[in-house]
Amino acid sequence: MKKQWPIWEVFIRSKNGLEHRHVGSLHAADATMAMENARDVYTRRSEGVSIWVVESKHIVASNPSESGELFEPAKDKVYRHPTFYNLPDELKHM
Amino acid sequence: MNNEQLIINNAVDKAVLADYITMLSDNSMILGHRLSELCGHGPSLETDIALTNISLDLFGQVRMYLQYAAQLKDEETTEDTLAFLRYPNQYRNVLLVEQPNTDFAYIIARQFFFDAYHALLLEELKQSTDETIRAIATKSLKEVSYHQRFSSEWLKRLGDGTDISHEKMQAAVDHLYPYISELCEASPLELEMQATGIGANLAQLKAAYFERVNSVLEEATLTIPENKWTQSGGKKGIHTEHLGYILADFQYMQRVYPGMEW
Repeated sequence: MKKQWPIWEVFIRSKNGLEHRHVGSLHAADATMAMENARDVYTRRSEGVSIWVVESKHIVASNPSESGELFEPAKDKVYRHPTFYNLPDELKHM
Repeated sequence: MNNEQLIINNAVDKAVLADYITMLSDNSMILGHRLSELCGHGPSLETDIALTNISLDLFGQVRMYLQYAAQLKDEETTEDTLAFLRYPNQYRNVLLVEQPNTDFAYIIARQFFFDAYHALLLEELKQSTDETIRAIATKSLKEVSYHQRFSSEWLKRLGDGTDISHEKMQAAVDHLYPYISELCEASPLELEMQATGIGANLAQLKAAYFERVNSVLEEATLTIPENKWTQSGGKKGIHTEHLGYILADFQYMQRVYPGMEW
């Protein structure tokens, strides 16, 4: 397994103005190759206008065993959702 | 590109122009086929997809060339008859592109040697006096710039990688280097087309080509082969034994089921 290339996470911006979204991962020996592989694997059907790649080891992830203390407390705070406002129809991406 | 959109060049002998365009397409067609053989066999998922992408780019270019060539020829000629119904000695691709997928180093060396030439050729063809060739070259150059980036990055990584990758990359470069001078040796047809302003000036391109190739080889810590022996013949229709096998595969459906469509 040690001979396998490191894993990289790939983020694609589908069009200008929108944010980069995580689309998947791939193997690559270094950053340049990761970028080329991302272009070949994830944008061949015109999915994007911009790519970010980041080596997976640099991502700090939350620990599933701490999900209780991290996420449970938010569940009964319905007042934090902006559902009490009437949004005009013209408003997009909310 | 639809047939209706093609602008027919009336300034030159149509048959000669059609031959030149077919010749341009033959390199992309045979290399595209070689790369298609790797579909599902790439050394990794990522390189497998990358090489098949390149193959598809090349076949896209082939279709544009052959649709144009077919329009310049008689009523019976179509892009398919040009692609599938010629005999080996009627294909004018260089010997380099028909060389086999011996291993990944050979695939990368062959690709790099061709891409470096292809990009320079298309730069020249962007100045062609033929409007359709100009349009094809402009569109193709974006694809080929990427091919060149892909193959030269790999060449550097394998050449300047581990002892084993260096050794294998050097072996592939040594084996294929004698074939590359044919790329820049102008055939009578190419000289004729150059004189009309339609074709590229290969003599002019040669210096830039070897400069480019040698500088990437050096960057990849590879030794430029000293052997001055060169191999050519493809432009005259005299091929290595590999082309027959390629065409047996490539033409199979049209030979067994003539006129087949799907």
